[in-house]
Amino acid sequence: MNHDPTATSQKRRVVLGVRDVGDMDAPELPSESIPLNMGPSHPAMHGTVRMVLDVEGEKISNVDIQIGYLHRCFEKEAEHATYTQIFPYTDRLNYISPMLNNVGYAMAVEKLLGIDKKIPERAQYIRVIVGEMARISDHMTCLGAGAMELGAFTAFLYMLKAREWIWELLEEVSGARLTHSYMRIGGVSADLTEGFMPRLRDILTKSRVVLADVDKLLTRNRIFRDRMDGIGIFNKEDCAAWGVTGPVGRSAGLAYDVRKDHPYLVYDRLDFDVPIGSVGDNFDRYAVRVEEMNQSMRILEQAMDQIADGPVLVNDPRIVLPAKSETYNSIEAMIAHFKIIMDGIRVPAGEVYSFTEGGNGELGFYIVADGTGRPWKCRVRPPCVPAVALLEKILPGLFIADVVPTFGMINMIGGECDR
Amino acid sequence: MLESAQNFMQFQFGSALAFVVIACLFLFVTLLLGRLLRPATQNRDKGTVYECGETPLGGGWFNFNPRFYIVALVFLIFDVEVAFTYPVATVFQRWVGRGDGALAFVEIAAFVLILALGLAYVWVKGDLEWLQPATARNAEPPADTTGAP
Amino acid sequence: MHMWETIKGSFEYGHPGFTGLSALIKIVYLMLAFGPGLASILTWMERRQSSLMQDRLGPNRANIGRFKAWGITHFLADALKFMVKEDFVPVKAHKFLFALAPVLALAPALIVAAIIPFGAPLCWGHLTEIVPTGTCGQAVDLQIARLDVGILFYFAISSLSVYGATLAGWSSYNKWAMMGGLRASSQMMSYEVTMGMAVLSMFLIYGTLEPGAMVAQQGYWPWQWGIWGIPTALSFFLFLTAAIAETKRTPFDIPEGEPEIIGYFVEYSGLRFGMFFLGEFIEIVFSSALMVTIFLGGWHLPFLDGLADRVPNIAFVLITHGAWIVKVFLFTGFQLLIRWSLPRFRSDQLMQLGWQRLLPVSIANVLITAGWILYSR
Repeated sequence: MNHDPTATSQKRRVVLGVRDVGDMDAPELPSESIPLNMGPSHPAMHGTVRMVLDVEGEKISNVDIQIGYLHRCFEKEAEHATYTQIFPYTDRLNYISPMLNNVGYAMAVEKLLGIDKKIPERAQYIRVIVGEMARISDHMTCLGAGAMELGAFTAFLYMLKAREWIWELLEEVSGARLTHSYMRIGGVSADLTEGFMPRLRDILTKSRVVLADVDKLLTRNRIFRDRMDGIGIFNKEDCAAWGVTGPVGRSAGLAYDVRKDHPYLVYDRLDFDVPIGSVGDNFDRYAVRVEEMNQSMRILEQAMDQIADGPVLVNDPRIVLPAKSETYNSIEAMIAHFKIIMDGIRVPAGEVYSFTEGGNGELGFYIVADGTGRPWKCRVRPPCVPAVALLEKILPGLFIADVVPTFGMINMIGGECDR
Repeated sequence: MLESAQNFMQFQFGSALAFVVIACLFLFVTLLLGRLLRPATQNRDKGTVYECGETPLGGGWFNFNPRFYIVALVFLIFDVEVAFTYPVATVFQRWVGRGDGALAFVEIAAFVLILALGLAYVWVKGDLEWLQPATARNAEPPADTTGAP
Repeated sequence: MHMWETIKGSFEYGHPGFTGLSALIKIVYLMLAFGPGLASILTWMERRQSSLMQDRLGPNRANIGRFKAWGITHFLADALKFMVKEDFVPVKAHKFLFALAPVLALAPALIVAAIIPFGAPLCWGHLTEIVPTGTCGQAVDLQIARLDVGILFYFAISSLSVYGATLAGWSSYNKWAMMGGLRASSQMMSYEVTMGMAVLSMFLIYGTLEPGAMVAQQGYWPWQWGIWGIPTALSFFLFLTAAIAETKRTPFDIPEGEPEIIGYFVEYSGLRFGMFFLGEFIEIVFSSALMVTIFLGGWHLPFLDGLADRVPNIAFVLITHGAWIVKVFLFTGFQLLIRWSLPRFRSDQLMQLGWQRLLPVSIANVLITAGWILYSR
């Protein structure tokens, strides 16, 4: 595909062949295909992705999606940071569900350390709880933003209001509203705050009301359905072949959820359903996400009931920093603290691929360790890249206006996609 | 004669015309005021068009779908026809009152039915179908909705 | 002395000087004070109302010292910004049409106000006396032009604003803008047919095209208004839908469609953008005013019945004018409510709705109305 402007202008000079009168009844005169930039700076392009469209009128005949505008060298940076220092970078991967990235990365390193079975149960429950909260906030942002791009601004702000409650609670736990860095290798940085459980229950009750409101505004809204139904259909085979997972894959009927198929943390003790779509269109992606939020709320309620008191970090001085009181008062703890901070946690040489269910699907971390405190290689499998790649196959034949809901429901997150 | 100046149709149209002139003057003065007040430091970059932050691909004027012309033509015909119906509509009540209601109704019906016929023709011809995207909802039966695989 | 008498004489009731001057006052009031004034308030109201609907604070920054007034001063800040902001013109744009487009978008929106009656007639010379309805010999209509063609004038002028949008899109030399312009032209043309057909059944009922006469035929109580009755209620909804489509607002904001094609005025900045912006709101104001005139009884309001026999003429006129303003204001508020409740159509769905749903219904409605009139006589 050539986007050289001069090529187009030459094409413009081509004289159309003489056509006989019979052509007058042809259903449509051919329109000239024009190249058009959609993005990187376009309201529907979630910040930074460029689509070079070939459009005939408003119909897309070809599309070239160019990602990388938000490339921040995550993988290269990770090679120069200690294992603990990478947590803040993971926050910036999928920046609408940072907790899930935290969890995914921590679990990868723990697997490499061989302590993945030793993580205290309370820490595992906490990871599930904050992770599912992040999943709800992820889906709220996605659905809200998708609706806003279709003009339903009110639904968007309702969703954001509910998301803000969740983020406030996560801020209370971790100290940061968005860039939590709450996980530590071997557990979580701090126990849940006092009053966390009642507040979370309260948030769940209020969020259900918000979701019901949004449901009334959108789900049976004729205009919304017309924009979503039957648009941007992903089929199951394509999803499997391209590696599309998560809500997008599930909406196409690909019944794969890491939490169910390869249970990690304590997901095998929790009872939840995995919603599967039947058509794979935008509306299915919307509906799957709505149902996933309900299921996440179920998970949260069960986890809150099951969680027991206990430590939140493994008891291993090679991995976990000594307590602050120790650090300030004993030379051994001071040295241990210094070594972990300066050299990092010594991870034995080896490689690992660990995967969890992120907001958009299978979030994998592939880490190669060389025995030092810094990874030799840290590679992320971002769940939204395959879906964005598959868009090149889905978008041709649709309208420019259809790009908006289709792209919105993919939930491409620049930080994660471009890393 | 002067007493009835207000009732002259010319006067009413004159008022409308005065309105048009004053509206245009108002806009002109506003634009002029803006021109005097605002800075003007045009440079090359400011003179480029916005195409989502990238260098525009190709020219800004393109051949668009001939469907727009068809819509314009259909509109023209319909709108003129509707406008022609207005005089009949205004006298309809009077004719009904005079007892010629049936005649007036037939006239209106004839007008409107011609319009309806035209609409049906354009409709059947498919000119009202705007470009349809090539995605109909699949007839695939729904898979299992929940549960582990 | 003689000349002074002549001049003074020509400013007496019925003389050209008087009629001209009164027309001028009405024009200036409606065009410079009421239209842009209410439109400016609407720009604030759109933000304020949406913030109330969406659980957020809304405009609260543009305060003048301690004068906050719920952020109402934001429109002053807007106006100031529009005036002093630099105006970028794309190098390859068609300069003349680029400059003309915002004028064509705003001027028709103002001009349509010429036919709208905005209060009960004044009785010159008896302003402080009680003047029962219909007994005034020196009436001054609160309406700028009493045209026989009335609503046709409205359509003729308002359809000019299509040129504003289309030319803005075309002259910008920007593909997105041109798409917006094309969408605007096809959309506004399509819905104008429906608009014309919907109001046709009202003409059958009123037997006139003149808005002043329409208001005179409606009474003070809602069941005396144009909207009362099944065919007329239907034509009200058709007209309302088409009117919202004409003003290019959500769910019909396809030509702007911010997240899709950014809009036909993407290349405009500063004052010229402001003119599109203001034009949209003025269109809302006067299309609401027209709907209030045709369907909602104009300046009539319940409980004002017989008021003309009790209060001085000037008070009565002011009250009716106030009633009209309140009605128009509430109706514009209703239109804003729609904007914040619904998503946007896609261009083909919009065309389908216009041509294949609303137009057949409005055609049928005309026949039903005509038949109903015939039957009820």
